[in-house]
Amino acid sequence: MVASLYGVKQAKKAIWIFLEQEGGKLEGVSLELLDKGRQMADNANWSLVGLLIGKDVSEIADEAFSYGADVVVLADDPLLDVFTVDAYTQVTYDAIMEHKPSVFLLGATPNGRDLAGRLAVRVRTGLNADCTNLNLDKKRGILVSEVTGFGGGIAALIEMQNHRPQMATVRPGVFPPGEPDKKRKGKVIKLPIKLEADTIKTKVVERVVGEGVDLTQVPALVVGGRGIEGDFGLMRELAGLIGGDVGATRPPVDDGYIERERQIGQTGVVCRPKVSINCGVSGAFHFVVGVQESDIVISINTDQEAPIFDFTDYCIVGDVFEIIPALTAALSSVKELAHG
Amino acid sequence: MANLHMVVCLKVVPKPEEIRVDKKTNRLERTDARSELNPPDMNAMEMALSIKERYGGKISILTMGPPYFEPLLRVGLAMGADHIYLLSDRDFGGADTLATTYTLAKGVEKIEGVDLIFCGEESSDGATGQVPPGLAEWLDFNQITMINNIELAPRKKTIRGRREIKAGHEILEVPLPAVVSVAVASNEPRFMDYRIKDWAFEEERMTVWSKDDLDVDAEYIGVSGSPTIVSDLAQAATRERKREFLTGTPEEIADKLKVILQDAL
Repeated sequence: MVASLYGVKQAKKAIWIFLEQEGGKLEGVSLELLDKGRQMADNANWSLVGLLIGKDVSEIADEAFSYGADVVVLADDPLLDVFTVDAYTQVTYDAIMEHKPSVFLLGATPNGRDLAGRLAVRVRTGLNADCTNLNLDKKRGILVSEVTGFGGGIAALIEMQNHRPQMATVRPGVFPPGEPDKKRKGKVIKLPIKLEADTIKTKVVERVVGEGVDLTQVPALVVGGRGIEGDFGLMRELAGLIGGDVGATRPPVDDGYIERERQIGQTGVVCRPKVSINCGVSGAFHFVVGVQESDIVISINTDQEAPIFDFTDYCIVGDVFEIIPALTAALSSVKELAHG
Repeated sequence: MANLHMVVCLKVVPKPEEIRVDKKTNRLERTDARSELNPPDMNAMEMALSIKERYGGKISILTMGPPYFEPLLRVGLAMGADHIYLLSDRDFGGADTLATTYTLAKGVEKIEGVDLIFCGEESSDGATGQVPPGLAEWLDFNQITMINNIELAPRKKTIRGRREIKAGHEILEVPLPAVVSVAVASNEPRFMDYRIKDWAFEEERMTVWSKDDLDVDAEYIGVSGSPTIVSDLAQAATRERKREFLTGTPEEIADKLKVILQDAL
C-alpha cells in the first residue's frame, strides 16, 4: 500500500487549519473551521494550530487566537502576498513536514481546493472534499468525515487509518461561526521561508476582488430555482422587504442568470437563516443540504409531488408568479402603515 | 502551435438519481445506473476544441474505466477529438483521488509530449474538483482551475486563464505544460458532427491500456493506492418539518405567509 510521507506514529496530536485571508481579514470559512476545530481539540485534548500565510499578516494571528487557535504558524514573505498555488503549496508542505500534524483542514474555496489537491498528492495522503460534518474519534485519533450528495440523501462516513495528515475540506457555512474571545492569547511560531521568486511559475496578471456576498449569515433567504426561469427581479424585491438576500439552485447559476457565489447547497453555500423561501425549487438533496439549517422553510412549487415539500414547513402548491407578487403587496402595505 | 498536444479527461458517471446503496457491503451500487459523460467535462472538451480550431494541434481523450465506456467516449471523437486512450484494468477499480490522479498521470506520461490537459470543474457523482490539482502535482505541471476563458500564447508557450472569484475575477498566467479545469457553463458544448460519425467509430481511433501497459507501481493504484475508506453509509440526517400545506387564493396565502414571516423575523 502507498504510504504517506509520515505515518500515525510520527504524527502529532494537533488539528491544523489553513487560515485563508484577504485584505487583512480571515475568511468566514476559516473562522468556522477554527470553532469546529476548537471543539474537536477540546474533546480529544489535542492542540489547535492555524497556518497563516501571506505578506505582513502577523496581526491576523490575534483574530485566530480569539476564535480558538492555541498556536499560529506564520509564513510571512513578500512572495506570499497573493495566493499562488506553487508558492503556497511549497510553504504549506514545509510547515506540515516540520510539525507533522495528524489533521489538516481547509475551506473548500477556490484557493483552498487548489492547495488541498496538490498538497495531498505531495505528501501522499487522502483528502475528503466538501465534507458536511467532521468528528474526531479521540480513542483512535481518527478523523471521521461525513460526505453527502451521492443522490437520494446518502451520507458516507470516510476515514483514513494509516495516512497522515488526515486532510479534509469543508464548504463555507457548513459549521456555524464561533464567538470570538478577545482575551484569548496564543503563541506565534515563525516559519523559515525557503522560497525563491523563479520557482513560482504562476503569474497573477490581473486581480479584482469585490466585497463578495456572504449568504451564510443572512436572516432571510429567498431562493430561485429552475421554475422561476431566470426571473430574479421578484425574488430581489421580496428579499428587500424582509431584510434578506437572494440565492439560487444550480440550474439558474449554470444558465448565467445569477452569480455563482449565490448558489446554495452541497457545492455552494450552506445557510442558516431564520426563514428560507424556496421558489420554483424541485428539491434535489444536494440543494436541500444548503437550507436545512433554516429555522423555518417555506416552499412554492406548482408540482404537489415535488421532493422539496418533504423538507418544508409551509408548502404552497401554486405559481410563484402569482404568490410572490401577492406576498410583496401584502408586506408593502404593512410597511406603509408602519411608516404611517 | 501545430504540434500542440492537448488531453481532455472525460469521466463517465452514473446518472446520480440512479445510484443505490448496497446495505451489506456499504458500497455505492452504480452498476444498474445508466451512464453518461460527466456534463462538466463537455465544457472542458469545448474549450479544447476551440483552441484546436484557432491554433491547430491534436486532442486526445483520456479516461479510466471499463471497456463498455467505449461508445460514450467515441462521442468525443465525433465532436472533434482525434484519439481515445482508455485506461482499463480491474486493479484500477476502487480508486480514490490519490490513486485516480496517479493512474491518469501515468496515462499522460505514456501518451507522451502532452502540453495542455483540460478537465471538467468537478464530476457530477463526486463533485469535489480535486482531480485537476492532483493530476498536475503528479506530473509536475502548472495549473489554473475553474477558468471560464483561456488564451494561448503559442510562441511564449504560456496560457492565461480567467476565473471568477469573490465578486471579481483574476487572470493567471502559467507556462506549459499545464492542467486547467474549466468552469461549468463557461461555454456551449457543441453537438457531435454527424458527418464524421463513421470515422469516429473506426476501431483504430481508440487505444486501451491495462496496468501492464503503463509504468505503474501496483501499490499506488486502485484500492491499495487509496488512503480513504468508506467506514459507514447512512441516510443523511434531515430535520423534521411541519409539511403543512397552505391553501386559498394567492391573496389568502400571502396573508398567511405575512403572519408567519412577521413572527419569524
